[in-house]
Amino acid sequence: MTDLRQPATGSRVVLRGRTVVPGVVTGEALVSPETISGWGGIDPATGTIIEARHPLAGVCFTGKILVFPGAKGSSGWSGFFQTTRLLGTAPIGMVFAVTTTKAALGAVVTRVPALADLDADPVAVLRTGDRIRLDATAGVVELLDRADPTDRTDTTDTTDTAAGEDR
Amino acid sequence: MILTDDDRRLRDGDEGPAVAAAMDLLVRYGEALDAERLCDVRNVAGTTTQPSPVKARLVAEGGWDRAFSIINLDADDTLPIPPMAVPTCQLQHGFGRDAVGVVPYAPEMVALQDDAEAFVGARGVSVLATCTPYQVGNLPVRGEHCAWMESSAVVYANSVLGARTNCEGGASTGAASLTGRIPCWGNHRDDERRGTHHVRVETPVASFLDWGLLGYAVGDAVQEGRPVVTGDLALPDLTDIKHFGAAAASSGGVELYHVPGVTPEAPTTETAFGGRPPRETVVFGPAERRAAHERLNDQGTSEDVDFVLLGCPHASLDQIRDAARALEGRRLADGTELWIMAPRALAAVAERSGYTAVIEAAGGRVLTDSCPAMSRTAPTGTRVFATDSAKQAHYLPAILGIEAWFGTTAECVDAAVTGRWRGELR
Repeated sequence: MTDLRQPATGSRVVLRGRTVVPGVVTGEALVSPETISGWGGIDPATGTIIEARHPLAGVCFTGKILVFPGAKGSSGWSGFFQTTRLLGTAPIGMVFAVTTTKAALGAVVTRVPALADLDADPVAVLRTGDRIRLDATAGVVELLDRADPTDRTDTTDTTDTAAGEDR
Repeated sequence: MILTDDDRRLRDGDEGPAVAAAMDLLVRYGEALDAERLCDVRNVAGTTTQPSPVKARLVAEGGWDRAFSIINLDADDTLPIPPMAVPTCQLQHGFGRDAVGVVPYAPEMVALQDDAEAFVGARGVSVLATCTPYQVGNLPVRGEHCAWMESSAVVYANSVLGARTNCEGGASTGAASLTGRIPCWGNHRDDERRGTHHVRVETPVASFLDWGLLGYAVGDAVQEGRPVVTGDLALPDLTDIKHFGAAAASSGGVELYHVPGVTPEAPTTETAFGGRPPRETVVFGPAERRAAHERLNDQGTSEDVDFVLLGCPHASLDQIRDAARALEGRRLADGTELWIMAPRALAAVAERSGYTAVIEAAGGRVLTDSCPAMSRTAPTGTRVFATDSAKQAHYLPAILGIEAWFGTTAECVDAAVTGRWRGELR
């Protein structure tokens, strides 16, 4: 199978990390340059980041693979992300740089594939809008299509998990 | 992760389906952390009773068994919840009966919470209803493995008491309460308790305000680190050190710090670092003190104060008595309210000691169980609030969309009496 949608750099971008929650998902990355708060930081009813000083304030993470440095703030973090699952507003995957109990338990109760402690900083390497394949079981996240305002036609396709595997 | 025979027995359902679900969650969580094993805990501080729209729906569908199963065990089915396996307490939650008619908080939430208290109480949960369980009956001993939520309580337990707990969540504390287990990771391990950052204090830190400013600056500087704080420090009391830890756990994610000569795992600076060099050295001087004060006050422009909040984390008896002294013979300005949040057990002592009568004569209130941030509730029409708590000043503007002033307890009481903010850093 030939995949014509090479990353903009022309080479494969693959990060390796530690499995937090196993599973495989393909979708669009939402990259947060800053740590995320649960309590006082997100609104589970809308799946939106609400912290006023946060660079992603007002942005919805529902259906996205959330890429972020880590969890901050209150111990309610996991409960808030668990609620996004119960309300159908959860992200479909998580990739975070630093493991804490808040982020690890949060990923577990959100029940989405999650990867942490990667060999490169995922927040620096990945960009919002990138189409990525997260294989948390194997411990790999791969860039399929670089976000590009002129070529964003397939970023809503979250069902194709085969693309890019045989590059 | 290595499971003992007993862990497997619980996981396989020998103690019933709720305990099996609890162990399943702990195994998933332990593997997510890459923990080697679980450890025994005999002290859990969590939350079940706090009302929320999701909980109201789950209770309507299948009672509190359902809400506990889905939220506190992360299960999919409604399981019968047995008595707690180890001592467990309920942390702060929504406003209670004492707030009805005082606080604009939905009475159906109070009723839902009453119902929850009856459910957990029947299963052996002590309803302390405070963010400071260590003030009112849950005082772990040094080295005790705990599973606690509430960042300000976690940092107090680890640092001031030398107990061992990570910053847990609603599901992990629920699972711990039914099994007496938690992943043996992070703060439970000797090698993860040594200092990482050296904080050199080069300006006098003596007052309640100073300790809050120091904590706010330290949390911002070290984030998830384990600071060792030395220098120009007066001996803190419970109130000071409660403020310090809560502030450091708000601007950063500090769960454990050491003050050599004061906190139990740091007889000396060398011991605190375990013989390793600090990753980084941070200075707290006059400039850093001023910067912390300015940051805490950058959410205020109007000097007309409608609301004063004291007691975050929940007030000590000293704080309630000091507030009563400051308010004695005075009267709050028209249109200004003053609430002091306290554990209900200490509110009973404050009432018995006559402090509450003085506060109420001035127009203030001693309230329990909750706080404006937890219940997302302030007096109707509040636009500008003042507080002596770095933590509440950090969180409440974002949660309620109001302006904030941070200062000393005396400045806050002055604002309540005059309706004007006149605080400044001295």
